[in-house]
Amino acid sequence: MPSTTTNGIEPKPISRARLRLSGRGMWITFLLVPPMVVMALFVIYPILSALAYAFYDWQGLARGEFVGFANFKKVLFQEPFASTTWNAFKHNIYVFFALMIIQNGLGFILAYALWRDLPGARFHRIAVFLPVVLSTVIIGYVWKLFFHPIFGAVNQLLEAIGLGALATPWLGDADTALNALIFVNAWAWVGFPTLVFLAGLQRIPSEILDAARMETDSELTLIRKVVWPLIAPSATVCFVLLFIGSFNWFELPYIMVGLDGSPYGNTDVLGLYFYRTAFGNQSAGIQDFGMGSALAVLMFLFIAVFATAWTIYLRKREIEV
Amino acid sequence: MTTFTKALTLGLTAVGIAAPAMAQDLTFWSWRQEDRAVYEKLIEAFEAENPGINVEFEAFEASSYATILSTALAGESGPDLMMVRAYGAFEAVAGANYLMPLTEADVPGLADMTGPAIAAQTLRADGKIYGVPFASQTMLVIYNKDIYAQLGLEEPETWDELVANAKAIQDAGMFGFANGTATAWQNETIVSALASSTIGAEFFDEIVEGTTDFTDPRFVEGLSNLEEISAYFPKGFTGLDYASAQQLFASGMAGMFAGGSFEIANFRSQNPDLNLGVFAAPGESADDEKLVGVFFDGGYAANATTEHPEAAKKFLAYTATSEFGQVFANELGNITPIPGVTFDDELINEIGALNRSAVPYIMLTNFRYEEPSGSVLLQAEVQKMLAGESTPEDAAKAVTDGIATYYAPFQD
Repeated sequence: MPSTTTNGIEPKPISRARLRLSGRGMWITFLLVPPMVVMALFVIYPILSALAYAFYDWQGLARGEFVGFANFKKVLFQEPFASTTWNAFKHNIYVFFALMIIQNGLGFILAYALWRDLPGARFHRIAVFLPVVLSTVIIGYVWKLFFHPIFGAVNQLLEAIGLGALATPWLGDADTALNALIFVNAWAWVGFPTLVFLAGLQRIPSEILDAARMETDSELTLIRKVVWPLIAPSATVCFVLLFIGSFNWFELPYIMVGLDGSPYGNTDVLGLYFYRTAFGNQSAGIQDFGMGSALAVLMFLFIAVFATAWTIYLRKREIEV
Repeated sequence: MTTFTKALTLGLTAVGIAAPAMAQDLTFWSWRQEDRAVYEKLIEAFEAENPGINVEFEAFEASSYATILSTALAGESGPDLMMVRAYGAFEAVAGANYLMPLTEADVPGLADMTGPAIAAQTLRADGKIYGVPFASQTMLVIYNKDIYAQLGLEEPETWDELVANAKAIQDAGMFGFANGTATAWQNETIVSALASSTIGAEFFDEIVEGTTDFTDPRFVEGLSNLEEISAYFPKGFTGLDYASAQQLFASGMAGMFAGGSFEIANFRSQNPDLNLGVFAAPGESADDEKLVGVFFDGGYAANATTEHPEAAKKFLAYTATSEFGQVFANELGNITPIPGVTFDDELINEIGALNRSAVPYIMLTNFRYEEPSGSVLLQAEVQKMLAGESTPEDAAKAVTDGIATYYAPFQD
């Protein structure tokens, strides 16, 4: 070994490094393999099998013939399924934009107020986050009672303050049902973006803010030019998670308006439509795994593609600003 | 000891040793956790008459039963005996060849059951029976007898009398009907419970034959009547869900509830003091036949691949005897299709009598085999109509058009 002898380096450290590396490698393998197996078994395999199911005709539980893209064509283009799909999809889009404004918008305002340490900030920091900890089942159930047309707190409150004319069966009225659900979702989850934005705000070094304050007196300019760009990573998290959540929306509408998206499809979203198509609505329909799987695959592709593209865009923006 | 007695002793010993090995253990799956005690009693009586057969009752949560059963059957670990649903949900299991076909030779009781009962457990594709139907449900009007007595009302003979009764109850500060439409399937129930007599039995015969569709004026008139009487549903009924409607009636805040006979057990448990009566909603004139809507809940079936087919058939034959039916009716409060069963409960007895003039719960019995099912369509369209967003004609047309996408008789 001329190299080791000429420059006087002992071979031992190298071999020890190798040993350490292989030990480290084993450690990494040990940590990575179990989650990968779990992922493969419970995430990748179901997605792939749903993909496979979507290409077959199903007679109840028995897999029938291979039908190619027939199930996809059915849910996307064949009436009356197509209009149900687009109606549900339209509602998902509406929910997403409404929650972007109400939930994330309010979340940012609340975070900013908490960050500026207005009086009572410590109490509100907890109060705002509290509903996030509650189970969706409880939130849905309680708000369903609040919206009850006869005994509900909302209508009784309206009547008590002389606005009885505004009282309506909130969840049974085609004009208000979806908005009522969006309101409840925002009420329950506004604490999450608040917390994420607050964490982002607290990470801004005070020197930067002091310097900026010397330049401008306007709070708005400060927010627009300094604060908002600096909390871009927090915004990315809130936006992308809300996007995924809005297009996978299921629990809250399921609990509050049922599988059918009552009244007559006015609160129908893709999650509900998928569930009742694939698993059957005991009191109304039959199960069709093929169409259900086709819907699931389409939802997955849509969310995966758009969430990825948007994340890449938002990340790039983080760096640019 | 003679050779004969020796041989006999030997033979009997051999049989004695082999007997435990010949014991036939059957598993029996059900979604009726709450009926366990009664089923175990019924099984005990069966085992006493059929030594060597052991039946083990296992119950699962009702809402996940279909998934559990179908997964087990697909994985070849299903039970020997099982409860199956009726109609479309029944076909999902029977159509996959998981069930043993039954004949009147295997289950003599089937011969005495009515056509609609048998149809609920018959696979349309091969015309074979795969289950012993066990209970029927009746769509009718359940009313609070005390409220009726207090206001001096009588069971209505005509549609106008029904409307007048509802109005009288509402004028007295209560709700005429407790029903709400927020829970979709309630809309289908309401149509059957309130409009069957207006629509008339001939319409249902013709729809089954495929000679008319839902745009028929008789059906549209039924929907119009429903629209009229919804004025006596609670304020904001479009946002009133099923559970709330039940509570309104059970608490005595409403005079009537248009629904299924399955409500009675629930009303009684919620409020044991409730004095209940039932009637079939009348048609336009007192001469119109008073009709209720009827469907069957499900049946008892055997696994096509059971190791003990003869024992399984014996058990199924037992479930179609009046001995079984009597216990099933009186201890579980069910209306059984087994003829000759007498009901101890006055109200159940009355429903049994109303069932003699019945029309099928049509969307479930005939249009829940393909998507969009008649139920999905009717529920949404009635919900929309009662919310004032469409007319009876539009609703009837939308239902017909939806079914016409796959049902040939509606296509011309």
